[in-house]
Amino acid sequence: MSLTLPEVQRIAYLARIEVSEAEAETSRQHLNGIFSLIEAMQAADTQGVEPMAHAQDVGQRLREDRVSHLDPDGVQRARFQAIAPETEAGLYLVPKVIE
Amino acid sequence: MIHASLKELAAALAAKTLSSVELTQLYLDRIARLNPELNAFITTDPERSLAAARLADARIAAGQAGPLTGIPIAQKDIFCAEGWRTTCGSKMLENFISPYDATVITRLEREAGMVSLGKANMDEFAMGSSNETSWFGPVQNPWDKTRVPGGSSGGSAAAVAAALAPVATGTDTGGSIRQPAALCNLTGLKPTYGVVSRYGMIAFASSLDQAGPMARSAADCALLLNAMAGFDDKDSTSLERPSEDYCRCLGQPLQGLKIGLPREFFGEGCAAGVMAAVQAAIDEYKRLGAELVEVSLPNSHLSVPAYYVIAPAEASSNLSRFDGVRYGYRAPEYRDLSDMYCKTRAQGFGAEVKRRILIGTYVLSHGYYDAYYLQAQRIRRLIADDFVAAFRQCDVILGPTSPSTAFKQGEKAADPVQMYLSDIYTIAVNLAGLPGMSLPCGFDDQGLPIGMQLIGNYFDEARLLNVAHAYQQASDWHRRTPAGLE
Repeated sequence: MSLTLPEVQRIAYLARIEVSEAEAETSRQHLNGIFSLIEAMQAADTQGVEPMAHAQDVGQRLREDRVSHLDPDGVQRARFQAIAPETEAGLYLVPKVIE
Repeated sequence: MIHASLKELAAALAAKTLSSVELTQLYLDRIARLNPELNAFITTDPERSLAAARLADARIAAGQAGPLTGIPIAQKDIFCAEGWRTTCGSKMLENFISPYDATVITRLEREAGMVSLGKANMDEFAMGSSNETSWFGPVQNPWDKTRVPGGSSGGSAAAVAAALAPVATGTDTGGSIRQPAALCNLTGLKPTYGVVSRYGMIAFASSLDQAGPMARSAADCALLLNAMAGFDDKDSTSLERPSEDYCRCLGQPLQGLKIGLPREFFGEGCAAGVMAAVQAAIDEYKRLGAELVEVSLPNSHLSVPAYYVIAPAEASSNLSRFDGVRYGYRAPEYRDLSDMYCKTRAQGFGAEVKRRILIGTYVLSHGYYDAYYLQAQRIRRLIADDFVAAFRQCDVILGPTSPSTAFKQGEKAADPVQMYLSDIYTIAVNLAGLPGMSLPCGFDDQGLPIGMQLIGNYFDEARLLNVAHAYQQASDWHRRTPAGLE
């Protein structure tokens, strides 16, 4: 398997990472090197093997479906928003999405 | 004093021959003097550390001290700590002041009464094996300043090796505690997945990440693990098990212990000096009464390929949260929302992190999921099953930690594949979720430390620590310290 430049650019867009043409070419070479390492997997016979998604085969722990934290005066919100790039009236600001 | 064990430090604090403030100041002075060159810490806050030390002294005076109260510690900068800058080694979080504490921080600072000396340098988002991917610059190996300390917990390792801290926290996704421990002559333990809470520990690959202790001996690791481990309802993968004393097996004889030697760990690809030291350690274990058993991990050659699908896949999902909206870096100029995401992430992440996000995005993308991600998960099962079979024949598994001793700064930085292969012996342990540790077992002909790896069965940390402790009672490799850092 060998990635092409447009493929690298498409993956970078899916990952929302801007890449210049020169960066895309360097990435392409590195990624192809890594994928040739990964390719060794394809020779393994895994028919009938149950995929292992997690280190422990235990079910997800559930909790009661109720509010656990109240913040009536917005103190917690203010604390967490103090580290945001841009906020206004308790809201996170981003560029306009709909014209 | 700077090379004392945790037990000795606790005894001095209890006897009041030394206060926590004095001990903390001693380390802060060493950090001020030696860190500008070593670069083991990204952030220190002496006032804050000394305030914690005063609290610890009050606790000791009131007779409410635990076994670690008042002892200083270096915290890997992956743990969120309220009011501390928490960068994870990235420009993305350069100005991130955490609004909350990770559970590990709560346990060590608030409950155990330990004193955080600062936040230790690390590879960016824990992605690296040399600490060279940190936005805050590389860390020097105290044994040879032209060489890497290993990674990703390279700052933690260098801090303890240079006696800038008596002990440190680390995290291990594919070897990030064990490999730097090996390269810096330390003892480090990655516990069974789920034993230490991941709450507030910035996520890289959530099904593999696990925090653990880095110290100068197995006995110190056991004490620190006692304070770190335990069920936490804030981490949905934390295991509900009764708490245990990880020191309880220390001192037991090794008579009859079955040590498995996987033939795949003793083949080609490992430096001769490393192999000779590991072989000598095996002979020592024989003298200590252990039995040696040859075992096989036939799929271990597939662990690096499977890991470099699974870990990047999980990382690409975890790191999608860094988008310049709620916290962290935001690009100064952009056209629209999509452009803001793309520029923020292009400018905020370093090359290795971007590389892994791209791999992860690709293997999870439409049409490739089955061939890569699903196949990697099946191989993960084969690798875990190999260990299950091996542990039917033995109690612990022994081999090298890293195929080489510390390499030169820059030597592997340009070739990701070469860098990835330095974790060839450690990665399978994370895929299986088993506990593994590294401990010193000698030096190569250039005077660089060599580590051996011990792998235990699930939840067998106490035995594993004793197997390491017994060796450290019979050897003095772990007591050796680098020259020129007095």
